[in-house]
Amino acid sequence: MQLSREALLRAYRQMKVIREFEERLHVEIMTGEIAGFTHLYSGQEAVAVGVCEHLDTDDKIISTHRGHGHCLAKGCAVDAMMKEIWGSRDGLCKGKGGSMHIADVDVGMLGANGIVGAGAPIAVGAALAAKLDGKGKVSITFSGDGACNQGTTFEAMNFAVVTQAPCIFVFENNHYSEHTGVEYAVGTQQDIASRAEAFGMKVWRADGTDFFAVHDTMREVLDHVRAGNGPAAVEFDTERFFGHFEGDPQRYRGEGELDRIRATRDCLKKFRESVTAAKLLTDADLDAVDTDALDAIEAAVAAARAAARPTAEDVLADVYIAY
Amino acid sequence: MAQMMYREAVVSTIAEEMARDPNVVVLGEDVVGGMGTPGGPEAIGGIWSTSTGLFGQFGKDRVIDTPISESAIVGAASGLALAGKRPVAELMFADFIGVSLDQIWNQMGKFRYMFGGKSKCPAVLRMAYGAGYNAAAQHSQSVHQILTGMPGLKVVIPTTPADVKGLLRTAIRDDDPVIFLEHKALYGVTGEVPDDPDFMIPFGHARLSRAGQDVTIVSSGLLLGFCEAVADKLAAEGIGCDVIDLRTTSPLDEEAILDSVEVTGRLLVVDEAPPRCSLAGDICALVASKAFASLKAPPQAVTPPHTPIPFARELESAYLPSTDKIEAAVRKLLAWR
Ligand SMILES: Cc1ncc(C[n+]2csc(CCOP(=O)(O)OP(=O)(O)O)c2C)c(N)n1
Ligand SMILES: [Mg+2]
Repeated sequence: MQLSREALLRAYRQMKVIREFEERLHVEIMTGEIAGFTHLYSGQEAVAVGVCEHLDTDDKIISTHRGHGHCLAKGCAVDAMMKEIWGSRDGLCKGKGGSMHIADVDVGMLGANGIVGAGAPIAVGAALAAKLDGKGKVSITFSGDGACNQGTTFEAMNFAVVTQAPCIFVFENNHYSEHTGVEYAVGTQQDIASRAEAFGMKVWRADGTDFFAVHDTMREVLDHVRAGNGPAAVEFDTERFFGHFEGDPQRYRGEGELDRIRATRDCLKKFRESVTAAKLLTDADLDAVDTDALDAIEAAVAAARAAARPTAEDVLADVYIAY
Repeated sequence: MAQMMYREAVVSTIAEEMARDPNVVVLGEDVVGGMGTPGGPEAIGGIWSTSTGLFGQFGKDRVIDTPISESAIVGAASGLALAGKRPVAELMFADFIGVSLDQIWNQMGKFRYMFGGKSKCPAVLRMAYGAGYNAAAQHSQSVHQILTGMPGLKVVIPTTPADVKGLLRTAIRDDDPVIFLEHKALYGVTGEVPDDPDFMIPFGHARLSRAGQDVTIVSSGLLLGFCEAVADKLAAEGIGCDVIDLRTTSPLDEEAILDSVEVTGRLLVVDEAPPRCSLAGDICALVASKAFASLKAPPQAVTPPHTPIPFARELESAYLPSTDKIEAAVRKLLAWR
């Protein structure tokens, strides 16, 4: 199905904002201003956006330690996210969570997560709630090629099948879990979708660096799940452009690998090539979005730097009792 | 004596024990690092560099890189142990006991007793704990008190490189499951370590790191250094503190604590875990019930508040015990009545 000009521009902008958000953090983190562990999503934008462009705020998603892209794609505010990463009391989680725990339940984003594999069971619960509500809403859990090895993920898949929960298991296979290759850690010949299939759900596979492949696939997946056919799974083959965490020397990569994936597997470049070739958008249209996205990030960083800092009293905010 | 870092003491002790006993095996996520990647095995070791070189020296059958499956890691460690091996499993972050709790609590900790004393489970579970890196609520916790509350487990908290060496060797040679808690902020600390290949520190024997007559301070891990700094500062004012490094919280060296409090009459416990149902409360209760007559002031504790660990720098530092808070607590004890 052909996307409207507005939808194309919007999808591109979403991906570009995520990219610039992450590229900027990569630079800012080196100055030491940002605390904690940060895992960047650069390279995987087409997955988050290709999935979330189909959703509204009543559909739920749950994310991972590499959560910025999912959060932005689901509608978390850029400024409030940046402030959270900066540890401001005006951040999305008042500076309590930081990069790994960004959440905004008001937009259906049930949280990034520091525990690998923790999201899938929670997503099943949200899916069961959606089933009870009967409005055709879904719940989506993002998991990596590492998270797919957790027992929690297996339990959640079977649970979703036996309860026919409208839950979608999105596996982002970026070929690495920390410093370990998918070839070693996933026993099913690097194939994650076949596991989900074995649990009794319908599965799809697509190129996660191609926005249109993701978007088209997700339309089918969502039609299937929203129609009441129970859970589904989809595996996207994708790439992460930075280290596992900021500071990772990435010695596990192959010679020239980073240059190669940036040159041939960049979802933003691919998007630009295909929409300009098909004369759906012009380079000038996309350049304008690029500038706009960069401005948004620049403004968010400036706002985060200037934002209010938390104080010692804030430690005891949001507890039901203090000791 | 050799100078080495805390993390080097970890890996060298494991290597020495692996060389000495073919039953010692290592397992955990990224303990080899680089498996199944273009860079190949050992392209990068584990994130704490506490298994560097082991794979090259002992091979893939004894240094087992695992998928992200903490339940299976701990369960497999138990199985290896029940079948006669001496596994040293790494859980990376102590917070991940959450994923593997059944295997720790209902399984490995219970076999010996539940099977009528007929089985041994000589497994070591190593993990990095503690805050200070703004790693937030799921990567910063101190879990010793949860595990100390589980009968059947031994719980070790080394503070110096020498203690890592002596206590880890004891842990590996011990026939019971041992939880070995390494503070992240101590990995880079350097100290003298005995060369004796059989240097061991028995469990249940605390270390007196400062001696004084006025106040007993009990602590372990990173915070022990904070307590020492306060003791040194107060010593200049003529206030003497006994600073007791617990080394193991299970078994607990009750005698060392009680003997000290009988002299000082004042107890301060400094601990990185939250205050309710805690080690700090436990030790205060111990002293109140067994050294009541010696007490000149009610036992005190410095711990974080009863909240998850917050992310922002300002919040985490307000959350954590500090030298200021420890000093204030000591002065409060001295000013009592
Ligand atoms: C329960 C648990 N185990 C281990 C970790 C440490 N850890 C954080 S991310 C990660 C790798 C995850 O790999 P994958 O699921 O492929 O996600 P990716 O990092 O590639 O996005 C590991 C081992 C963790 N955070 N939680
Ligand atoms: Mg991965």
